[in-house]
Parts: sequence; C-alpha cells; structure tokens
Amino acid sequence: MKLRLSQIAHARSGDKADTADIGLFAWEPLGYAVLAEHVTADALRLHFAHLWPAHTLPPHAAVERFDLPNLLALKFILRGALNGGAASSLRSDNLGKTIAAQLLRMEIDIDTRQAEAVLTATQQVLSDF
Amino acid sequence: MKSVRLTSGLGFYGDNWSPVLAAIERGNVNYVCSDHLAELTLAILQKDRQKDPSAGYARDLLPMLTQLWPAASSRGVKFVLNAGGLNPTAAALALQTLFASKGWKARIAVVTGDNVLDQIDQLQASGETLAHMDTGAALGPQRDEWVFANVYLGAQPIAKALAMGADIVLTGRVADAALFLGPLIHEFAWAADDWDRLAQGTVVGHLLECSGQGAGGNFGSAGVWQRIPDLSHIGFPIAEVDAQAHVRLCKAPQTGGRINFHTLRQQLLYEVHNPRCYVTPDVVLDMGELELHDLGHDRVQVRGAIGHPAPAQLKLVAGYRNGWMGHAVTGFCWPDAMQKAQAVAQAVQLQMQETRLPHDELCIEYLGHNTFLGPHASPLGADDANEIWLRMAIRTRDKQHADAFPRLFPWLALSGPPYMGGFHGMPPASQLLGLWPTLVNRQTIETHVDVQLWEAA
Repeated sequence: MKLRLSQIAHARSGDKADTADIGLFAWEPLGYAVLAEHVTADALRLHFAHLWPAHTLPPHAAVERFDLPNLLALKFILRGALNGGAASSLRSDNLGKTIAAQLLRMEIDIDTRQAEAVLTATQQVLSDF
Repeated sequence: MKSVRLTSGLGFYGDNWSPVLAAIERGNVNYVCSDHLAELTLAILQKDRQKDPSAGYARDLLPMLTQLWPAASSRGVKFVLNAGGLNPTAAALALQTLFASKGWKARIAVVTGDNVLDQIDQLQASGETLAHMDTGAALGPQRDEWVFANVYLGAQPIAKALAMGADIVLTGRVADAALFLGPLIHEFAWAADDWDRLAQGTVVGHLLECSGQGAGGNFGSAGVWQRIPDLSHIGFPIAEVDAQAHVRLCKAPQTGGRINFHTLRQQLLYEVHNPRCYVTPDVVLDMGELELHDLGHDRVQVRGAIGHPAPAQLKLVAGYRNGWMGHAVTGFCWPDAMQKAQAVAQAVQLQMQETRLPHDELCIEYLGHNTFLGPHASPLGADDANEIWLRMAIRTRDKQHADAFPRLFPWLALSGPPYMGGFHGMPPASQLLGLWPTLVNRQTIETHVDVQLWEAA
C-alpha cells in the first residue's frame, strides 16, 4: 500500500549557506519506525535530484541523515542544494522553506497491515492534538 | 529556588513585537532576548551601510524599544539584542539619542569585536587558511569581493555586559542561542566548563531564538496547522530556568499559538545540521538524549541536553559580491494559461539569443503551479488552469545585463498572446551575495572582543 509522508509525518526546513536542512517528524512511534526504514538518505537524493546544478543526481555524500529516536524524528542535510544559498539564489523560495513540503509529497510502499496500524495510531495522536 | 524567565524577542529583522509586549506585561519575564540577524540579514545591512556609514544596524530596534521600554523599565526587564548588526556603535548612538529625546535613562552596553573585515590580511598572515567550511575549497580571488566578515561570538561578553550593570546589551553577530545563554550565565554564575548546564541553556536559546516558530508558528502539515489557536495573537515562547538548569517552556496567558511536544521538537531541530554535534562558541550540544515532557496547557519540560567542550575555533561568515540577478514576473489568464506562459518563456529565451544577452544561468518558474513542489507538483488537470504566473530570472556578471533582462517583457502587452495581466513594471537588478563560512582560531578573535558600558540620558 502506498503512503504519502504527509499522512504520517510533519516537517520543517531551513538553510545554512548553500545547505538545505530538513526535520521530519513522525506523529507516533509506529510511524517513526516506518520513516526510519524507508526514508533513507539515498531516497532523498533521488527525490530532490532536481535541486542540484543541471538537475543532476549529486554524490552520495551530499545528503546525510541523522536519527533522533528520542524525538521520533529524522534530520537531513542536503549540501549544495540551494542554488548557491539565499542571497545568491535565483529561486522564489531562496531560503528553502518549502522543501519540507516537497519531502512530505514523497510516497513509500509498505505492507498494508503496517500502513493501517500507523494511520490508526496517527489519527489517535491528531485527535488529541 | 531562584529562577529566571526569558522571552523571545524578535526572530528576525522585521518581526512583530506585540507578542514581546504581552510577555513583558503578562509573562512575568526578566529578560527579552532578541535575534534580529538571520544568516542573510548582514547582506541587507551591508547594502544600508554602503549608502550611509552611520547605518548598518537593524533599524527596527528604535520603534521596538520606543514601544517596549516603558513597560519593561517599570518591571526591571532587561534586553539583549543583536540588533547592532554591522554597526553596534551606531545602533547604541541612535538608541542614546532616542532615550535622551524621551527623557529615559538606561545603561547600554555595546559588544564589539565580531566584525573582522579589516583584519583578514592579518588573519591570513597568522596562518589562517580561511578555507570554505562546507566544501573545503581554498579562498581564491573572490576574497577581493568580500563586503562583510563577522565571527559568531559566544555568551561570555553578554554575561560580562550584564555583570557591568547593563539594562540593554547591544551586540553585532553572536551565536543566536548566546543571546539567551548570556543572561543565564550571568544570573547563575555557571562556569565556562559546566558543559551540561551550558548545553541546557543553549537548548533554551535554540527553542526561543525563532520567536513564533517555538510556539506553533510555521508548524504542521495538512489538516494540522488549522488547530493552532489564534496565530494573529501568538504568544512567543518563554523559558523558566533555575540554577540547576531545570527548564520549563510556556507562554504568556491569553495569547495564541501552541507549545507542546510536537511544536517544540520541530523548532529544536531547526537548522541544527547534526543534532548530536551542534557546535556553538560556548559548548558543543548533543541532543541525542534530550527529552521533552508535555505538561499540558502550553507547558513543556526540557531535560537531558549533553554538553561537550567548546570548540577551539569560531565560525566566521563572510559575504562576497557574486554577480547580479535580473528578473520579471507576468500573469496569464484562461484560456490556455499554461501554454501561453510556456510560449512566452520560449519567446523571451529567443530574444535573449538574438540580442546575445550574456548570462550564466536561467531560472523559469510557473508561480501558482510548481514553484515550490517542482517535479512533485500534481500535473494540471483536464480543466485548464484559471491563471498562471511566469517568473523568469537570470544570473549575470554585470549589472547592465541584469537590468536589460526585464526590458524583454513589455512588448508582450500588445504583441504577445491574449489576456496577460499583472506585469507591474521592470524590477531593478539585484546584487547577489555569496556566503563564505569558515573557521578561525578563537583566541585571535577573543583578544579583540570589547564590552563598553554607556550611560544613556
């Protein structure tokens, strides 16, 4: 079953010079396990390849992931992804603030029973928000 | 046990200070710590200073304190602000003039020593390579294009200024979290190697430095942002801290926003890169064991920050002139809105070829369709779009070529495809500034850091 990350996570992005910086947050622990398994640094490299010069796939080292199980969160940095960085960028979103939304569009394919369990648990957290 | 309450001031140059007034009047705070300087802001202030040598600071300092000082001074609330930008001395002079005109009294401290633009040759002579921190690239000819170069100072000069009796501390570039850590070091006399407490104080600073983002602003995804109450009257986060570095976050009563596990952890990880090794001038922070305990009613307890010894080097960020951007925006209405926008993008490119307009890069965006989601945007449906906006931008080495670019658009009004609207003139070329982050030995820098106390009025 296909899940879009926006169904099970929230996210915020920002910038440091030419590096984009994204936090991805599961709403609850089952969702965190799914994110940790499927949303790899390499998956982001492919998802965001268009952000690098000439829209080409960057080297593996350009994308790095950090795991924060205590916060049910994954942290990603994308080096060289901001068209030179804020004051050098030609983009409307020169600060990379909407890159988090682009990440939430990512789809992952997971076992149906697991997907349903995550969606149910997520709904529970959201109803208490 | 004694505790101290700090509130976010502004989160950037141009932010709203009504929530700060709410924190002063109803939040029982002791300090307002205000971050006016995003990474990009020095680039803006540098352009101000070029036009006027007595400018170069965040000018919102003056109207902000005009409104906040009466409420603050009657309650003994102190301010720490990096609004000095590239010119803290000029900011202090302007503040002194303002206070004199109002008949207000305050002790203003000025922290300088972060601005090292005129010391670059000496730094290089002393053996600093100033290689790019992210790419490792050596510093090349663009050194001649540097327009600012500031080192991120830590919390110690701020603590010193407060110990000298300052009511208002004005700095240039300091680490954002240092604005908050400085008062905590001063109040609790935390030692410079009390790493775990300094780490907790740095977490406080990081949670508060982006104002509303620590209280439910810019938060959530589909269906969730609507549940954050009353963003129009958002309460900026307030931290209550004691000498043992116990930390509790809250906000002023009768304010909007939301402080809970979800909103705080999103801010906690904002722009920190490696959360297990967040390098600041005062401590290297490890968030790997950090816990956020939701206490309900917009209160969260924060524990478990781990601190490691402060780095031997400080971060320096320089800005350099990096060419020009020429750009233009125009809109197209149904029918065939997207096809017309695409045809015009082609026509403009053809003109660029025919007039041999030199450029290093071209950016084409269809505003309202895929500017933000890129290839992950949904395709246009069978129904044509109601409207599409075309934005085109080019990168050039010379200003004249960037200025020439928007002149390729006006003819379209009478000779292009039908129903073009919203072409609001030809924006002037923008100078592009590159950022050059690098590292320098901290002793070399700290020798020149100075704290001066001024009496206003």
